[in-house]
Amino acid sequence: MFGKLSWQAIPFDQPIPLIAGLVVIVTVLAVTSWIVVKGHLPYLWREWITSVDHKRIGGMYVLLGLAMLVRGFIDAIMMRSQQAFAFHSAGYLPPEHYDQIFSAHGTIMIFFAAMPLMIGLMNFVVPLQLGIRDVAFPTLNSVGFWLTATGALLVNLSLVIGEFARTGWLPYPPLSELTYSPGVGVDYYLWALEISGIGTLLAGINLITTVLKLHAPGMTYMRMTMYCWTTLVSNLLIVAAFPILTATLTMLMLDRYLGFHFFTNEAGGNMMMFVNLIWAWGHPEVYILVMPAFGIFSEVVSTFSGKPIFGYRSMVAAVMVICILSFMVWLHHFFTMGAGADVNAVFGITSMIIAVPTGVKVFNWLFTMYGGRIVYATPLLWAIGFIVTFVIGGMTGVLLAVPPADFVLHNSLFLVAHFHNVIIGGVLFGAFAGYTYWFPKAFGFRLHEGWGKAAFWLTFVGFYVVFVPLYAAGLSGMTRRLQHYDVAMWRPWVLIAAFGIVIMACAAACQVAQLVVSIRRREQLRDETGDPWNGRSLEWATPSPPPAFNFAVLPNIQGAEAYWGMKQHVLKQARLDEEPAYANIEMPRNSPTGFVCAFFATFMGFAMIWHIWWMAGLAALGAYVTFVVLAWRDTDEYFIPAETVARIDRANRSARSAAVARHEEAP
Amino acid sequence: MTALDAAAGRNDPDRLIHEHVSLHRQHTFGHADGGVASKRIVTAFGFWIFLLSDIIMFSAFFAAYAVLVGNTAGGPSGRELFNLRNVGLETALLLVSSFTVGLASIGGRARSGSWFYGAMAATFVLGAGFLSIELREFASMVARGAGPTRSAFLSAFFTLVGCHGLHITAGLLWLLTMMAQVFAKGYRTDILRRIHCFSLFWHALDIIWVAIFTVVYLMGAAQ
Repeated sequence: MFGKLSWQAIPFDQPIPLIAGLVVIVTVLAVTSWIVVKGHLPYLWREWITSVDHKRIGGMYVLLGLAMLVRGFIDAIMMRSQQAFAFHSAGYLPPEHYDQIFSAHGTIMIFFAAMPLMIGLMNFVVPLQLGIRDVAFPTLNSVGFWLTATGALLVNLSLVIGEFARTGWLPYPPLSELTYSPGVGVDYYLWALEISGIGTLLAGINLITTVLKLHAPGMTYMRMTMYCWTTLVSNLLIVAAFPILTATLTMLMLDRYLGFHFFTNEAGGNMMMFVNLIWAWGHPEVYILVMPAFGIFSEVVSTFSGKPIFGYRSMVAAVMVICILSFMVWLHHFFTMGAGADVNAVFGITSMIIAVPTGVKVFNWLFTMYGGRIVYATPLLWAIGFIVTFVIGGMTGVLLAVPPADFVLHNSLFLVAHFHNVIIGGVLFGAFAGYTYWFPKAFGFRLHEGWGKAAFWLTFVGFYVVFVPLYAAGLSGMTRRLQHYDVAMWRPWVLIAAFGIVIMACAAACQVAQLVVSIRRREQLRDETGDPWNGRSLEWATPSPPPAFNFAVLPNIQGAEAYWGMKQHVLKQARLDEEPAYANIEMPRNSPTGFVCAFFATFMGFAMIWHIWWMAGLAALGAYVTFVVLAWRDTDEYFIPAETVARIDRANRSARSAAVARHEEAP
Repeated sequence: MTALDAAAGRNDPDRLIHEHVSLHRQHTFGHADGGVASKRIVTAFGFWIFLLSDIIMFSAFFAAYAVLVGNTAGGPSGRELFNLRNVGLETALLLVSSFTVGLASIGGRARSGSWFYGAMAATFVLGAGFLSIELREFASMVARGAGPTRSAFLSAFFTLVGCHGLHITAGLLWLLTMMAQVFAKGYRTDILRRIHCFSLFWHALDIIWVAIFTVVYLMGAAQ
């Protein structure tokens, strides 16, 4: 009846996952019952869960990403503290548990923290910067988000029901084959990623179509912000790379479920093919994550330097070149596999070449700041911290791109330090820069600067205290994923790294404090005009938070940096332009399709993991019926009457008029 | 860089004078008008991107097949297993169904019930015929001990060809849903857009089949 599922799946004998699971369950239950008792459920259902508004969906993506960032960070604390204890001793985590923790840490951080943060910010910002009302496929957008949430739910479910993979974040066969991983851990990994991968693909299709086909009048490609360009590149890479991941994981699934021989030791299987295929996705994935972060830094550096981005065209060329080159370097992840000197040399050279367009971008950011009127607000601090950190991480990367050096450093902590150097320094700093930069746009008030700066400096310092020692430990031969060790030379480095993670934990506490303090003081931090940073792109032309329709009248774009041009024009004539003629606005209707579909997908994934075939069949049927019900709907749109549009726009116009008047009075 | 652009750049390195530059740019970039594309264009464009992603997924299966085609592990190879007459028949059915789905698409746009339903039904019969031949081929292979668990080559073969077969199955389900939808709701614009997407999907499966026919069957039989 319930396949492999029995009471044995609950880890009653292991206190750590059991208590952690109980804490999560109690928290979720408490929050849910608070929502229900306070009567917020209808609001939540109407305004968030069934919403197809790109701003709401973006917000939910970011929230999911932040929650998973906390989960992944707890895993990181456990790993660092385990290694701090496990010198000549077994530490406090048994090997089978430690292996699950480092696998879950990587999987969660990449797929369920970094990806939702980046996709969420793109979702929120890009339609605003293009001057349009929503993304190309609003309902699909909601489906994509909820499928991502399903994946995150399945990974976290493995904490209490069964186990997670012990194979590392990329389940290399033959270890991940049924013979060597007979439990459900790898199956949790596979189904979580297959389902959330479909969600990511939908987001990719949606955002490409949005950037290429939906623009405000006059918004040509070369007038788009750098963020829109990097969004385009990132999503082109999603559409080109994620299907490879889907296919590769499907092959591993067929091996595990139906006894196929793609990657097995017997019957002609080829496990090296898995490594090739997974990195043909995996390397572009790195750029999928970091490209939007580059876009965020371009926006932030330009805004807080009070200058347009330096070398816009070279920036566009650089991101497009990276888009292509990112598919030509995958083999540098396994130089040691034995492809031969010639092949290794080719991939070593392409890996070095890809550093060139990235260097172009770094110089462009520096030249943007040069001669600018720099305001050291929190988002800019993240950007400057990024430039320093990313350059260091990039250089250790070029070092690893030299095949002979890689033979020494492969799978050492040097490698671990390198990719954290680029992913934390690039993607995480980018996410925090974007979060503090666009928070006032999303919620109508700024985040507290003092706590934000404290969070930045603690993260920045904490990062180096954790990872510089790991470079040293790696150089002296410490390999990754060690549950315990007995080399005295490594011990001091490991202890310093453990101290560093305490600093990073303080940084995380500052981030929480920043949010709490900002919410409490939201009236003082209120953004009245919708342009709190003296911005340059179109999102700042809308009120904060923007109304459902974003723009009362679609803006007519006259040049690059559309909003800066409009603002200078208004300031020159010392008053706003005449009030436009308002009209009814057609907007997409809410739909529970995404939520219901993800509900069925969760059951289907769970049923497949535990071999409960009837439940999987029912859930698949339910998902199909959900889409037919959506297709049967008679009206997809509703109208916002012109009077409502006028009322909202007039309120914002009066705030902006007041700001123009204040500007006149100032000397 | 033209003279106008250079002049703008010299006097205004930060490109702050927007009117000046923009006048020029409207000539340089054809997409000057920008603006929001129509729903039909947006839907079809998005669906094309989806089809491309689907083709990339197939290309990963093709790559796996190409790597594993020689790894028969002492079992049968393609030369011993493939029956080109069956495959020729399958190909013919699928190519004709591509024609009929085109007719259905035109019939839908012309709002002609007999053409639309007739051509859709014909497409269904042809697709189901293709599928039944394929399933018979699979069943006979399994019966001869040449199932997907026999060797890596057969794993890759069943996955690649079976994945196409699954797409055809999903397409048939979609086809029936579209017929039911037109029957219940008539030729609404959004339904016509869906029919357009369905026809794109069906044609794409044809393209993939041509690749399978060549890479798997013709090259397999020639080995």
